[in-house]
Amino acid sequence: MFACIFAPQLSADLSLPEFAYGFSPLVEEVRTGTVVIDIDGCELLFGSPYQLAKEVFERAKKFRTEGGLKSLVSVAIAANPDAAIHAATHLQGITFVSPGEELTCIGEFPVDVLDYSLINLEKKVVAEILETLRLWGVRSFAEFASLPVAGVSERLGQAGIKLQQLAAGKTERHLRVKQPAPVFAHSLELEHAITELEPLSFIFARLLHQLCAALNAYALATNEVCVSLQLESQTTHERKLSLPYPMRDHKVLLKLLLLDTEMHPPQAAVRSISIACEPVKPRVLQNGLFVPLAPAPDKLELTLARLAKLVGEENIGSPNLLDTHRPDAFSMKRFTLVSESRKRHKTADRQLAIGNQKCLGFRMFRPPLRAIVQADQGWPTQVSAWGKQRSVYGKVVNVAGPWRTTGDWWRDDRWARDEWDVTLERSGQQTLYRIYRELKSENWFVEGNYD
Amino acid sequence: MKPAFSKAELESDIASRFGDVFKLHEKTTVETLSTGVDEIDALTGGLPRGAISEFFGPASSGRTSLMYAMLAYATAHEETCALVDTNDVFAPTTAAAAAIDFDRLLWVRCAGNLEHAFKAADLLLHAGGFGLVILDLGDVAGKDARRIISSWWYRFRRTVEDRPTVLAVISEEACTRSCAALTLELQGAAEWSRANSEKTNVLPMRKQMPAAIQPLTTPGNLLCHNAIKASRQRPLSPWVNESQFKAASF
Repeated sequence: MFACIFAPQLSADLSLPEFAYGFSPLVEEVRTGTVVIDIDGCELLFGSPYQLAKEVFERAKKFRTEGGLKSLVSVAIAANPDAAIHAATHLQGITFVSPGEELTCIGEFPVDVLDYSLINLEKKVVAEILETLRLWGVRSFAEFASLPVAGVSERLGQAGIKLQQLAAGKTERHLRVKQPAPVFAHSLELEHAITELEPLSFIFARLLHQLCAALNAYALATNEVCVSLQLESQTTHERKLSLPYPMRDHKVLLKLLLLDTEMHPPQAAVRSISIACEPVKPRVLQNGLFVPLAPAPDKLELTLARLAKLVGEENIGSPNLLDTHRPDAFSMKRFTLVSESRKRHKTADRQLAIGNQKCLGFRMFRPPLRAIVQADQGWPTQVSAWGKQRSVYGKVVNVAGPWRTTGDWWRDDRWARDEWDVTLERSGQQTLYRIYRELKSENWFVEGNYD
Repeated sequence: MKPAFSKAELESDIASRFGDVFKLHEKTTVETLSTGVDEIDALTGGLPRGAISEFFGPASSGRTSLMYAMLAYATAHEETCALVDTNDVFAPTTAAAAAIDFDRLLWVRCAGNLEHAFKAADLLLHAGGFGLVILDLGDVAGKDARRIISSWWYRFRRTVEDRPTVLAVISEEACTRSCAALTLELQGAAEWSRANSEKTNVLPMRKQMPAAIQPLTTPGNLLCHNAIKASRQRPLSPWVNESQFKAASF
């Protein structure tokens, strides 16, 4: 059974669906001021359908503070939702339409009031049909419903059949249930402040579990989790986890959150916790049979988070060359898996480029070793350099250079230097190094070795 | 009393008692990943997947060049690679010239902390999905490398053995002991094109390589690459496991 509530004089600040949720969770908002609710199974709460309709009617008259609408509503109960809508719209008070006797209630309505929007018909098509019915002398729902179906189908087509079923109250459809807006945020206030990570992890787990369950219910995932911790020091500790791929596995999110909290702990005891996430569509990926395996996105994220905790966030990622001639100019960017479209585009070019050629490897000393260089007529003959991790010294047996590089002369951190490639011999072992002399300070450095 | 038994005698004796339960079954096929250097591929058959490969040699012996070649080949063939850089010596500018696809390379800089390097390698191997993981111990002194406890290497070997991952170790001295399926010693010598040339007042400019793929670069007037001389360190083919090796020795 369905109940239609029609409130023609509803004020703009009141919500009829919210009122209807007080009686049933299955609510369709037909239009502003008209809702249909499914009342099957509500007998234990409200009694018979008529008692429910009476309860709706009486509660609607109450003030808003008492859960009412402070207005008169029309309520109609029918086995067919469209019949209930027609009855509630055009009959005041409470109307009960017995199953199978729809026409006794709505049969006298003129065909002009047929609500064709309920069956998704175009206005132009309906106007033509109504004009035909007028020419035939068909005036009411009952007269239209009494026409033979085969004849209506021949003369008015499928649109006519649908319209006739609507007039007879025999349409078959499901309610277009209005879903309450999903909430992807949860918070919890604590009775006692938390100072350690372990008890905090249990609360994180609970909140994330609820969030992921909500995401799962709506077939969504998240790529951003925001955590806000209210601290005892009356400050707020906020962290944002940005994920390269949408995910909704609460275990993975919990581990990522815990690793992040370990790296960036709050500065005081935690009084309340709020977690919110940004819902997005989940990632859909079709793997190829012949594509090499790549790390699973969730495992990769966990691994990157653990590596970041181990060596520091700034020390992991993919190198990104900067558009400059400055030596060793690069930045680190976040490591993400290459998308399929980019794979196809770049791989062929790169395979062609590498061919079978080899490139001389270079090991960069960071920072460069300060060196003492003995020179003969400007050419290095002996190099000595010591650092914390390595030492370089020996007699120069081969030398090439210098190559002068300068740049960024308009900035404070400009560079100008002469580079040399030298082979140093020590204990019979020859090693190739790149050394350079800073023109500004006249100091020598060992930049690295060729390997 | 017979003082010694040959391997065939032992096998036939065991087979008569227990059937072929204890018979060693050789793995007939081992998937490999090319090093990107034809000469080394011809010598070794490539890098065995699911195993440790070790490349060691002194500085300027070509270890880094070989590492670049491996990374360039693997990234060009859509493998996801990781480089655990113990001493933070990886030079992106030079690596770009070797056509390494940085989008497929995860670079972990350990700033000289050997323990961090091993833990990072362990995390990467356990994450799975990486085609090539390189542990660069090239600047770790030999005495320090020898002090690395064997359990790390056994752990790595156990971790990668069921995965299609190649763990390549670059070091100055052999340190993986019996855990490596492939061990190569590199002995390189630099070749110069025109070193010790006449002095001149003209200072040439050496341009850095741009980020885009470039053909072979020549740093200065040094020749394109060192001659990489590889030699097989142990008579142990990648598809013979440890027990077979012992049996063969017996």
